[in-house]
Amino acid sequence: MKLFGLRTKFSRPAALALSTILFGLTLWIYGDYSSDRHAENPRDKLMPTAGQMLTSMGKAIFRPNVIKEYDDDGELIPSNEPETLREAYEQGKLWNMLKNGEWQLWEDTMATGYRVFIAMIFILFGIFVGLYMGLFPVFDHLLYRFVLFFDKIPALALLPILFIVFGLGETAKIALIVIGVAPTIILDTYLRVKEIPNEHLTKGMTLRANSQEIVYKIVLPQIMPKVLDTIRLNFKAVILFLIAGEALAAEAGLGYRIFVVRRYMDMATIIPYVLWISLLAFLIDYFLRKWIQKKYVWLHQ
Amino acid sequence: MKTIKIIALGALFLLALSIPSQAQKKNEFKVGWSIYAGWNPWDYAKQSGILKKWANKYDIKINLVKMDYIPSIEAYTSGELDACVMTNMDALTIPVASGIASTAIILGDFSNGNDALLVRNNLDVSGLKGKKVSLVEYSVSHYLLSRALDKNNLKDSDVKVINVSDSDIAPAYVSNSDQEAVVTWNPLVMEIMKTPGVSNIFDSSQIPGEILDMMMMNSKTLESNPQLAKALNGAWFEVMSVMSTRGAKADNALKAMAEAGGSSLTEYKAQLKTTAMFYKPVDAVDYMSGDEIQTKMRRVRNFCFKYGLLGDRVQSADDLGIEFPSGVVIGDQNNVYFKFDASYMQMASENKL
Repeated sequence: MKLFGLRTKFSRPAALALSTILFGLTLWIYGDYSSDRHAENPRDKLMPTAGQMLTSMGKAIFRPNVIKEYDDDGELIPSNEPETLREAYEQGKLWNMLKNGEWQLWEDTMATGYRVFIAMIFILFGIFVGLYMGLFPVFDHLLYRFVLFFDKIPALALLPILFIVFGLGETAKIALIVIGVAPTIILDTYLRVKEIPNEHLTKGMTLRANSQEIVYKIVLPQIMPKVLDTIRLNFKAVILFLIAGEALAAEAGLGYRIFVVRRYMDMATIIPYVLWISLLAFLIDYFLRKWIQKKYVWLHQ
Repeated sequence: MKTIKIIALGALFLLALSIPSQAQKKNEFKVGWSIYAGWNPWDYAKQSGILKKWANKYDIKINLVKMDYIPSIEAYTSGELDACVMTNMDALTIPVASGIASTAIILGDFSNGNDALLVRNNLDVSGLKGKKVSLVEYSVSHYLLSRALDKNNLKDSDVKVINVSDSDIAPAYVSNSDQEAVVTWNPLVMEIMKTPGVSNIFDSSQIPGEILDMMMMNSKTLESNPQLAKALNGAWFEVMSVMSTRGAKADNALKAMAEAGGSSLTEYKAQLKTTAMFYKPVDAVDYMSGDEIQTKMRRVRNFCFKYGLLGDRVQSADDLGIEFPSGVVIGDQNNVYFKFDASYMQMASENKL
């Protein structure tokens, strides 16, 4: 069998093995360097071992985020607060603690999730802006150049202004995501609308469709799956802006945690958090893709 | 698969970081400094040639590099710098927590008002209960807040901390009047205090000697290269003596230091008022060798432990040893990662360098 042939067919196991090589290699190199560093300095934090990462994640997941109080001699002042998930459950405090955000990973994920959710609502609204911009000349003239210009502004550079205008609360962080991502979505929708053959509109008009029917029954269904795909691909930008916003000012959030523990180089927390963010993003992406495939079967026929 | 890809990228990125090696006799050193009233004299030491003179005396080369504060400590921790200026608290939570045994060879000053808790609406510390406070989390600001609360019989959990990056903390506070309390350091404190209606209700002059600014040196490097510590001490205290005289030479030196920190001479002089400099080596030796510093270090260490900043290997605050010049160790004697060594400052005070 020719390994480098243009039409070489690999069996499934062989293809799988080939795909894992680079992953394995990186993990191996990391492990090697990490254990070297730990041999020299067992307290090394720059390249934590898997064990260190598990410990710190264990704390983030299973220990409540309660600040213990110590007296001046460093002795723990005893308290009745639960120290593990199980204790919290047994004392019947679990739900309240979850609600009050006293579990680090849960609190961070919820805070970040909330920001993404609100930002996505605004971004979805961008689809309609693009739609009207593409179909009605009045909106085209009014908005197109403005959005085109706005899209070129590096949103991250606006961050200090946003924080000064909107304060340190949620508004500034959500505004950053929306300003960063919405113009792309609006412009993409606009282009998709322009791609639709004019005959479709003419046909609709001949059949006496009014403008709203043309917008919502002819154009929107045709462009929807492609626009959703664009949103899916821009999810990475959403996360990027979110983390940048959380790094600057926040009290909870996945990006917040990464930046706050970075101060004391707690890589054992950072690496698992990065993996967790990627996993969440991957899952959202996966389900959205499956949903698009299922709902818009016609697109692929 | 995407997640594994992230691991791969992360690993490759980490590989790009240089892997340090240390503990050899060498004659070229890298020392880091960052902008702060108490550290700007380092820049003058370099510009005036004083540092070079002392390095030549010990037949070494000292490369003094100016960096941002946290990156400089990170560079020191990863082994790129042999010595670096930092506060006692950051030395504990960054290099020491990462297992880099470090020695304080120069005690430069302590913050005597440079760190402050500022509020609007004439709140007092007890009025902070249930309120939000902006600060850089796990920095000396956080420590200062904790001490202020403690002195007013409040707990850390009585206020809600918002982490704000130091690059934006001043403009964000000044422009949002709904933010009631902020903790930060100079020159930001001076900048925020210009806003009408803002008052200073607690600052580091109320906890003198707890926030120490020092030159930390890697203990392994120090063991085989004491000449670096000697040269740095010689240069530092020569600059200190220039600063504490009166006349044109001192004025020029102060002007250069102000410029190094990006402030005007008047501003810099104001910052020095809230910085308790140890101009004479003998004063620094006395403070480092006294009893007071031990209680204060214990307090700082306990704060770091409370927030889990001493590393995952530290199960109780006493797992980490801190050694003082008298030989007293607080914490585990077999685990000394932080050492105060006054012997080089002692030599400076006796003109034996």
